[in-house]
Amino acid sequence: MNAGQTPEPIHMARERDHNHHMLYQMLLIRRFEGKCAELYSSMKIRGFMHLYDGEEAVAVGVMQSLTADDAVVATYREHGHALARGISACSIMAEMYGKREGCSRGRGGSMHLFDDKTRFFGGNAIVGGGLPIAVGLALADKVQKRPRLTCCFFGEGAVAEGEFHESMNLAALWQLPVLFVCENNLYAMGTALALSESVTDITAKAAGYNIEAEAVDGMDLSAVEKAANKAASRVRSGKGPVMLECRTYRFRAHSMFDPELYRAKSEVEAWKGRCPIASFIRLLKEKGMLTDTELHEMEERIAIEIDDAVAFAEAGMWEPVEELTRFVYSDRRTE
Amino acid sequence: MNSIKNTVKMTYREAVREAIREAMRKDERVFLMGEDVGRYGGCFAVSKGLLEEFGPERIRDTPLSESAFVGAGIGAALGGMRPIVEIMTVNFSLLAADQILNNAATYLHMSGGLFNVPIVIRMSTGGGKQLAAQHSHSLEGWYAHIPGIKVLTPATLEDARGMLWTALEDPDPVLIFENNTLYNMEGELPVDAGALDIDHALIRRTGTHVTLITYGASLFKSLEAAEQLSKEEIQAEVIDLRTLRPLDHDTFLKSISKTHRAVIVDEGWRSGGISAEISARIMEGAFYDLDAPVERICGAEVPMPYPRHLEEKALPQVETIISTVRRMVKSNG
Ligand SMILES: Cc1ncc(C[n+]2csc(CCOP(=O)(O)OP(=O)(O)O)c2C)c(N)n1
Repeated sequence: MNAGQTPEPIHMARERDHNHHMLYQMLLIRRFEGKCAELYSSMKIRGFMHLYDGEEAVAVGVMQSLTADDAVVATYREHGHALARGISACSIMAEMYGKREGCSRGRGGSMHLFDDKTRFFGGNAIVGGGLPIAVGLALADKVQKRPRLTCCFFGEGAVAEGEFHESMNLAALWQLPVLFVCENNLYAMGTALALSESVTDITAKAAGYNIEAEAVDGMDLSAVEKAANKAASRVRSGKGPVMLECRTYRFRAHSMFDPELYRAKSEVEAWKGRCPIASFIRLLKEKGMLTDTELHEMEERIAIEIDDAVAFAEAGMWEPVEELTRFVYSDRRTE
Repeated sequence: MNSIKNTVKMTYREAVREAIREAMRKDERVFLMGEDVGRYGGCFAVSKGLLEEFGPERIRDTPLSESAFVGAGIGAALGGMRPIVEIMTVNFSLLAADQILNNAATYLHMSGGLFNVPIVIRMSTGGGKQLAAQHSHSLEGWYAHIPGIKVLTPATLEDARGMLWTALEDPDPVLIFENNTLYNMEGELPVDAGALDIDHALIRRTGTHVTLITYGASLFKSLEAAEQLSKEEIQAEVIDLRTLRPLDHDTFLKSISKTHRAVIVDEGWRSGGISAEISARIMEGAFYDLDAPVERICGAEVPMPYPRHLEEKALPQVETIISTVRRMVKSNG
């Protein structure tokens, strides 16, 4: 917009940097996972692997509302959350390889990413299993009077589990600082929301527990960020938990074993037309905040970051088999 | 001898599917219920195609609500139906453990014999696919601890095909554990394959020097070990338990009276596992027949690690079976 004659106002520069940062994160997740799919085909990555394509705006948008002290609890579809939380691509990739340099020493794999420095508590592969953990983390903060929150991601499929309802009730009853983020991508494996819930409006369930809830377009990064900031500040104000429902869609199959018999190709294509990354790029360009050159450079930096991650994982070591049963109980330090 | 082919080639997965199909056709009270059994075709594709054949009333997709749909299966059984409830994997069955233990296994007794629960609950079990610490366990031995339920572990195509109908005819709750590494196993099944007894262990290979007692996926590792050992003139008898509860100890005690040595191969954890129970039964019933202490080859006592080399180390392997038997036989000829 300005052709360089007048210096850009400082807030504009900040906003642009922030937007570039978020775009970088979304693109990093997309490209990182594209690489993971390749590595899965070449058998470098094994087990179950669940990709996040299409849902990047949720993790990236919500993470903007968190501070370094907050805790995150995620599901088995958590590469995006881990990257957006700031866990290095290297240690995530090494984990997917099963190498000891991985964030969980290779013992967890794709579904079990953990990191203490960023307070990332998994990586939970039991649907609904993370919700009570989040309640407990928040309980510990409240009791110990620490001003921080716990952000808990879960899919809409988890809403059918008892653990969801029990956790909602506890968090509300005890007024705990939990930010519940439901990633509603409309399908739990092959089961459409309408076939699994008598009430398909997830926010209505929160209302049943007297928990404030808001639904937001999960394909719109700015909308997610805004809603997350609002929800997080309410949680921080001590008024108890808040739920944010992000309406989104996964572009890929549920996992690497899914023939996708349960949804129409045309539906997937229609949602791909709402790609959160493409929309955000369009928005930034319209605002004059992103040039093709900048985007190109960003892609190049991302490619390097991913190449480095793969090289790091390749060069990693295996845990020695003699240490198979380590970490079943804590190593006792003798001091 | 006629040359008409009287077997068909199929996978373990297809054998289970055929068993479900036959049961659905034979008895309209039978229905299948579980997560993604319908539109998705089953998480291991066992029920693929059944929705089209039987419709959504009888191939019933459920929400992610293990406790509720297992409990509902128990209720439906009490109400006169013959439910087959599918739980994706044994780890998820823990969300329904309350219903299985506190209701299915106890109703008959606590009602003084008034209410029996003719439910069948199927689930996959076992490691070997690098699915890590929340998807890979073998808890069938743990369920075998519970009086009031029966625990079946079909390993062969015949059993995958034949145990389900007998389980459905049983008046009481039956749990069927399908080892996830077996679904792709292919073999020949007689065209007239049908219901089989669920009360007896079977000798899958005869031998004279040692008795290998096993079940599930470990059966094939044991058979492979026995085959290799036979080249060294060590003849191992291999017993497939088939059912962990009630445990048919007569079959292995009789075998031990001939071989005088026993090795138990079990993917489950050693401490307090089914291998411990088997070993105790041997002490009680065959102590004076033994020429050597009973040996156990079990899953390592660790939540399953993800990387292949650690998972392999954590599971019983053919090599370990061979070296254990060799040591046992040589040191005590
Ligand atoms: C208790 C439990 N039941 C079943 C499964 C198998 N499973 C894994 S993911 C999944 C679907 C979950 O859907 P949703 O919560 O909507 O999350 P999404 O995968 O769509 O991100 C199922 C059924 C599981 N992991 N845990």
